[in-house]
Amino acid sequence: MSGLLLPKPDAATLAKREEIIADMRIIVPGEGIVEAESGMRAFESDGLTAYRQLPLVVVLPETVAQVSRVLKYCHERNIRVVPRGSGTSLSGGALPLEDAVLLVMSRFNRILEIDLANRAVVAQPGVTNLGITQAVEHEGFYYAPDPSSQIACSIGGNVAENSGGVHCLKYGLTANNILGIQMVLMNGEVIRLGGKHLDSEGYDLLGLMTGSEGLLGVVTEVTVRILKKPETARALLIGFPSSEQAGQCVADIIGAGIIPGGMEMMDRPAIHAAEAFVHAGYPLDVEALLIVELDGPQAEVHHLIERVEAIAHKNGCTTNRISNSDEERLSFWAGRKAAFPAVGRISPDYYCMDGTIPRKELPRVLSGMRELSEKYGLGVANVFHAGDGNLHPLILYDANKPGELERAEAFGADILRLCVNVGGVLTGEHGVGVEKRDLMPEMFSEEDLNQQIRVKCAFDPNHLLNPGKVFPQLHRCAELGRMHIHRGQMPFPDIPRF
Amino acid sequence: MTTFTPETAAEVLNIVRWAVGEEMPLEVVGHGSKRGIGRPAQTEHTLDLSGLTGVTLYEPEELVLSAKAGTPLAEIEQLLADNSQQFAFEPMDYGPLLGGTVGRGTVGGALGANLSGPRRIKAGAARDHVLGVHAVSGRGEAFKSGGRVVKNVTGYDLSKGLAGSWGTLAVVTDVTFKVLPAAETEKTLAIVGLDDGEAAAAMADAMGSSAELSGAAHLPVSVGGRFLDGAFSSEARTLLRVEGVGPSVDYRIDLLAGLMRPYGTVEIIEPPLSRTLWQEIRDCKPFADGTSAPVWRVSVAPTVGHKLVDAFRRAAGANAFYDWQGGLIWLRMEADPEAEILRGLIAHFGGGHATLVRAAPSVRSAVPTFQPQPQALAALTQRLKKQFDPRNILNPGRMATS
Ligand SMILES: Cc1cc2nc3c(=O)[nH]c(=O)nc-3n(C[C@H](O)[C@H](O)[C@H](O)COP(=O)(O)OP(=O)(O)OC[C@H]3O[C@@H](n4cnc5c(N)ncnc54)[C@H](O)[C@@H]3O)c2cc1C
Repeated sequence: MSGLLLPKPDAATLAKREEIIADMRIIVPGEGIVEAESGMRAFESDGLTAYRQLPLVVVLPETVAQVSRVLKYCHERNIRVVPRGSGTSLSGGALPLEDAVLLVMSRFNRILEIDLANRAVVAQPGVTNLGITQAVEHEGFYYAPDPSSQIACSIGGNVAENSGGVHCLKYGLTANNILGIQMVLMNGEVIRLGGKHLDSEGYDLLGLMTGSEGLLGVVTEVTVRILKKPETARALLIGFPSSEQAGQCVADIIGAGIIPGGMEMMDRPAIHAAEAFVHAGYPLDVEALLIVELDGPQAEVHHLIERVEAIAHKNGCTTNRISNSDEERLSFWAGRKAAFPAVGRISPDYYCMDGTIPRKELPRVLSGMRELSEKYGLGVANVFHAGDGNLHPLILYDANKPGELERAEAFGADILRLCVNVGGVLTGEHGVGVEKRDLMPEMFSEEDLNQQIRVKCAFDPNHLLNPGKVFPQLHRCAELGRMHIHRGQMPFPDIPRF
Repeated sequence: MTTFTPETAAEVLNIVRWAVGEEMPLEVVGHGSKRGIGRPAQTEHTLDLSGLTGVTLYEPEELVLSAKAGTPLAEIEQLLADNSQQFAFEPMDYGPLLGGTVGRGTVGGALGANLSGPRRIKAGAARDHVLGVHAVSGRGEAFKSGGRVVKNVTGYDLSKGLAGSWGTLAVVTDVTFKVLPAAETEKTLAIVGLDDGEAAAAMADAMGSSAELSGAAHLPVSVGGRFLDGAFSSEARTLLRVEGVGPSVDYRIDLLAGLMRPYGTVEIIEPPLSRTLWQEIRDCKPFADGTSAPVWRVSVAPTVGHKLVDAFRRAAGANAFYDWQGGLIWLRMEADPEAEILRGLIAHFGGGHATLVRAAPSVRSAVPTFQPQPQALAALTQRLKKQFDPRNILNPGRMATS
């Protein structure tokens, strides 16, 4: 593990481990406690496998009352808690802490209600993202946000990470597709935000909870908006001799007022890796490949596909295929969807980054990345949610070679700095977690971060929930509450008034 | 009694710092077009942001626009329209309803009130489109959140947190919104003569079809005469809006017509009229009657809207119409607001909220204009307010619920 500082384990909590486990067994009877090292190993890391840590104990509650009692118990005794869904986070958000209870929500795996007339599904947080779609697809409905991890990741984890997917360009992120949640605060209080109605009755706490990475509360129920499946979907597979042309094509499509269902770009290394892996029929003589998917009523898709095709030609595409069947459309996607494992085949290890940039900066960022690639002596392949500027550079390295992991991490950090420098951000959908925690000051000033931590203070004043994640330094709430009064004379002289 | 009219974010910071130091509460306003919403202010001083203007960034191909908080919304909407773009959340104009003029309101106010319109059911509200803010907290500290890109999960989304906070947490000085292409055209399908319950069923059916509606409203006979210069005065209309490229709009209107025929006679309303109609629905035209009779804006699950109205009418005299597939109810009271009865019924029908968006100041001082919250949630709300504005300097009491 490369130099990551986690909060110092609390010796008093470690000393009382046996007692805590006994109490947890009372709150969550039956199979809900994992304390043996062999069992806990399964939970020692999430999707960011470079970091591993065994928790104090793993607790798998089954009811909201149990979650509430576990949190209240820990609150009263100052014991830290790390929530976990399916453990697919790519930023270490669910990384356990040595002195913390790991609260795993996977047994909350039931769909509670399907309400087609209100186009809502009420699900427990451990239901997988795909599980929601599967529960309603026989009626022709689906849940729109579709992270690539959708067969595994939980809807509770999606809320905590505000996850996205290729269809988010048109249909929005998790935040735009959930209607309400039930959650438990660290002190054990159970609250509801939203429901089947729209907008919140007071402050938009639902908006604050979405993307809060398990630091504000434990989600115990989610009400999502479901949509009717589009009548049809067709895709174009378009190759360009340069990424500049591909980038301009994306800009022109959007400039023409077209928001495709999905618009993905791959660079040469990613195209080659994907083609070698799944034989999707990708052209190998291009620098950039675009997949543009149009979905909706047949008349619309038919109309728009011609317009997109014309725009692609205008920008000098060298290949252009249009899917004529669902099978063909899926074959276009096969390579993109398998891009991560495909890259895994050409390199012993890879490190997936997640910056977002203003789209027009793509050529500058790609050439900056090439320079960094030379500097660090590591290859990089790019897949890119082109429509919304979300880049996933995959840095190729070999963890068995001394120093390569550290080099990959330094390379990754430089890429993210580059993203921030051109007006972008550190993470588009994977979250800050432990991974990008120490880069937060690249984007935020001390005052910016302090105001974010103050939000945490309103929810969890003792910093017991998932500490060590997101914020480089969790200042104590009492300290942050202190006011610095800038006394002065009334600011009259230079301010117009009447 | 001083009104401060800063022209820069630095001046805003100075004023708030002074107010914090002196413990002098401020009423924070843009154009003041929504001043009539919430508990009336009792502050000595006013922080007027209408001088903090200007679009600072607009890149149509990147779908992004930033502006200083006091920039007139109308000016921004014109700029967007000139580029065939729009704020997809269709911000309503409270002016007519509240007895003010049309076309007032600032972009900061749009965020502070979390404005939306009929397209809320498809495209969301201001909260769904805000990408970033710069603001000054009630602690007298400037902070920023978010950025200028759509996909961003770096840190807490404080921009969303400020949406619908009515200036009680922080003074927004700059705001960045996602913008989207405006639809090339639109049409509306009207079903004639349905009662509220039948309309709810028809709208649920239509929303559940692949017609991709961007509006679903029901205008009972009692309000029909107030739309399109009386065009609907004799029978109720249930309205379904379709937007997009021409061939798609025609195709979906046909699809809808087939689907809706069993419910009653259908009519097609063409673009120019359709546009005016949805603007009138958006701005609550029938109740913009120059009075200060209480008006509620109620949000519940779409399918229970009409049941709630039916039950409420047994207890109180009220006129009503529906947007958002029946989930947004505009209620105009004949006499008193009857807040407790209304909110009791909302709880009974599965939850939601009611905001008293219009009433005389004396009424707004006595009745909780915003929805009261259960104890644990109310306590959390208070803690959050304290973290942003510990001395209660910004719009004190405006969202008070007791
Ligand atoms: C192969 C692969 C592909 C991926 N593709 C995408 C993608 O396309 N788009 C995308 O956005 N992400 C993607 N991810 C990342 C990841 O799947 C998402 O972040 C997902 O939402 C995490 O869900 P989870 O249930 O696994 O959460 P976990 O990993 O268990 O936890 C993630 C965070 O959420 C918190 N948390 C979990 N459950 C709860 C709860 N009930 N209450 C409160 N906090 C909770 C945890 O504390 C942690 O901070 C991918 C990951 C993998 C491994």
